Amino acid sequence: MLQHYGPQVINLLAAVLLLLAFAMLAQRRILSLINLFAAQGLVLFLATALVAALTGQTHLYWSAGVTLLLKVLLLPWILHRLIRRLNVKWDVETLLNIPTTMLVGIVLVILAFNVAAPISELAGTVTRSTLGIALACVLLSFLMMITRSKAVPQVVGFLSMENGLFFAATAAVYGMPMVVELGVALDVLVAALILGVFVFQIRERFDSVDTRHLENLKER
Amino acid sequence: MALEMLLLLAFPLAGGALLALLGHRQYAAEINTAFSILTFGAAASLVARVIAEGSVTALEEQFFVDSLNVFLVALTAFVAMTSSLFSRPYMRIERMHGRVSDAGMRLYHSMYQLFSFTMLLVLTTNNLGIMWVAMEAATLTTVLLIALYRTHASLEAAWKYFILCGVGIAQALFGTILVYFAAERILGAGGVSLLWTHLDAVKGELEPTVMAIAFVFLLVGYGTKVGLVPLHNWLPDAHAEGPTPISAVLSGLLLNVALYALIRFKVITDGALDRPFASALLMGFGLLSVAVAAFFLSRQRDIKRMFAYSSIEHMGLITFAFGMGGPVASFAGLLHMTVHSLTKSAIFFAVGHASQKSGTQLMENIRGLVQVSPTIGWGLMLGTAAILGMPPFGVFASEFLILTTAIAQQPWAAPVLLISLGVSFAAIFGKVQGMVFGEMSSSMSGSSGSMSGSPSAARLAHRPAMVPAFTHLALVLLLGLYVPPYLADWYRRAAQLIG
Repeated sequence: MLQHYGPQVINLLAAVLLLLAFAMLAQRRILSLINLFAAQGLVLFLATALVAALTGQTHLYWSAGVTLLLKVLLLPWILHRLIRRLNVKWDVETLLNIPTTMLVGIVLVILAFNVAAPISELAGTVTRSTLGIALACVLLSFLMMITRSKAVPQVVGFLSMENGLFFAATAAVYGMPMVVELGVALDVLVAALILGVFVFQIRERFDSVDTRHLENLKER
Repeated sequence: MALEMLLLLAFPLAGGALLALLGHRQYAAEINTAFSILTFGAAASLVARVIAEGSVTALEEQFFVDSLNVFLVALTAFVAMTSSLFSRPYMRIERMHGRVSDAGMRLYHSMYQLFSFTMLLVLTTNNLGIMWVAMEAATLTTVLLIALYRTHASLEAAWKYFILCGVGIAQALFGTILVYFAAERILGAGGVSLLWTHLDAVKGELEPTVMAIAFVFLLVGYGTKVGLVPLHNWLPDAHAEGPTPISAVLSGLLLNVALYALIRFKVITDGALDRPFASALLMGFGLLSVAVAAFFLSRQRDIKRMFAYSSIEHMGLITFAFGMGGPVASFAGLLHMTVHSLTKSAIFFAVGHASQKSGTQLMENIRGLVQVSPTIGWGLMLGTAAILGMPPFGVFASEFLILTTAIAQQPWAAPVLLISLGVSFAAIFGKVQGMVFGEMSSSMSGSSGSMSGSPSAARLAHRPAMVPAFTHLALVLLLGLYVPPYLADWYRRAAQLIG
C-alpha cells in the first residue's frame, strides 16, 4: 500500500510545494506570507517523513523532526513576533507587478526542469522526478527576494530558499549526512535571529523597513 | 596531530564565548589579542607537525591538512593575530570618538574570534558539507560587524552583504548537494561521501554531467564570496563601511578562504571531466574581475572603497592563474594569495589610522600624511608600492610569473592583463601619492585647532599601531627575495594537486 502509493504522494506533495512557492510570490500581505512559509515547512516535513518511511532511512526521520520544529514552529513564531513588535501589518510592495513576476516565475520553472533533467535521469531514488521542482522552488524564492522591497519578505524569501535546498537534498540523495543537516539548520536559525536584530536596526535608523532606502551605495 | 587541530579550533571558539560573557571590559581588547596569539601558536605547532610528518588527517578523517591548506592555516592565524594587535588601539580610538557603543564593542570582540574560528574550520575540515556550514557562518559573524557603526551607509552595506552572500551561498549548497549526489553513487551513502580525501581518490569515476552542473553552482556561490565580477557588488560597500580591522581580515583572509573552497572543488571537477571546463570558467571570471575592477579604481573617492576594488582585481588575477593551471601559474597563484593577503591587510592598517587622523575616508581630504605622521604615511606608501607590484616586493614576483605564463599559454589574455595592471597602477599610485606627499589642506591643519597647524597636533588618543603593518611588509619583501624551501615545497606540491 505504502510502497505503491508512496511515490505518487511524494510527487503530489512536491507539486503542492511548487504551488506554495508561487503563492508566496503572488502574496501581498505579510501575515499570509509567513503562514504560507509555515505551510511550506509542513509540506516539507510530510514529504521528508514519507520518504523516510518508504526508504527506511532512519536519519531522515530526524531531519523531518528538525524541519517540523524549526520551519513549522520556531521560525514562523519568530517572524510573527517580529511583525508584532514592529507593529506593521502593511501590504507587501513589490518592485515588479504580480503578473509579470508570475510570468518570470514560469520561465524559471522551465529553466529549473531543464537543468535538473540530466541529473534526475541518473538518480536512483524514488523521489528523483521531484529534483526539478526543488530547484524551481529555490529559484522562485530567489525571485521573491529580488522583487520585494521590504526587509521582512526578503527574509522569508531567504528562508524559503533554504526549504527548496532541503527538498533538493531529500529528492536527490535522501538528505545530506546528519552532521551537515544539523549545521545547516543551525545556520538558518542564527541567520533568522541576526536578521531579526538587523530589521530593528534598520527601522531605528530609517523609521521604515523598506529596503528601497538602502540604495545609496552605488558607483557614481 | 588531533591535539593541535583541536586547540587551533578551540581557542577562537572559547575566546568568542568568553568575550561575549565578559562584555565591554577595559581589557577585552587584550583578551582578544591573547586568544588570537594562542590560536597562532596552535597553528604554528600544527605547521611544525606537518613539516615533520607531511600531510595528515585527524579525528576520524573529519579534519585534514595537506600542502594546499597548511600555509593558508598559518597565514589566516597570523593575519588574524596581527589584525587583533592593530585593532586594539584602533578600536579604542573609535570608541573615544563615540562611533561604537559598549554593546558594540562586546559584539565586535566576540564576533572577531568566532569569525577566525569559522575561517579556520573552512580551511581544515575535510567534509565539504561542513565547509559550506562554516562559510555561511563566516558570513553571519561578519554581517553585524559591518553594521557596527549603525550609520545609514553601514546598515545598507551589511544588508547588501547579507542578501547577496546569502543568495550566493545557497547556490553553493545546491552545488554541494550535487557533488554528494555524484559521490554517493560510488562511495555509498553516509558521511564518507562528502570527505574531500575520499572524493579526490575516486574523482575519475564521478559522473561528469553532474559535476559540471555542480561546479557552475559552486562557482556562483563561493565566487560571490571571493568577489568575482559580476558577483562583487557587496564587496566595496562592506569594506568601506565596516570597521577597518574587519576590512583588513575580509580582504586579507575571507576572500582567500572562499577561493580555497573553490579550488578544492576545481580539483575534483577537473578529475571528473576530461575537458578543461572548470579552468575555462575560472579564467573567464578571473579576467573579467581584473579588467572591471581596474577601470572602477580610478572613479573611487573613498580610500577603503578603492582598496576594496584593488582586492577584487587581485582575487581575479589569482583566479585567472589557477584557471590557467600548470606548475608555474598555480605556484604563482598560491604565492600571490599569500603576498596579497599580507600586503592588503598592511595597507588597511595604514589606511585606518590615516582616516582616523584626517577624520575622513574621502581621499581628496587626506593630504600630507608624511608630515602628519611619517610612520603612517610611509606605511601607506610602501604598502601601495608593494600591492602595485613594484620590485623587490613579493607581489612583483607572483605577478611576473602569472604574466609570463599568460603570455606563453594564453596570449589572448596577456594584453587585457597588462592594460588592466597599468590602469590600476596609474589610478592607485596617483591618488596615494597625493595623500602621502601632497600639500596639507586647510581642513587638516584646521582640525589641529589651537596648535596653530603643527602637524603632530592631529594626535590620536592612542599611539597608532603600525608595527603589524611593517611586519607584514617586511614579510612580503622577504618573500620577494627568498621563499623558504618548505614553503616553496608546499606551493609546488599544491600546484601539482591543482593541476
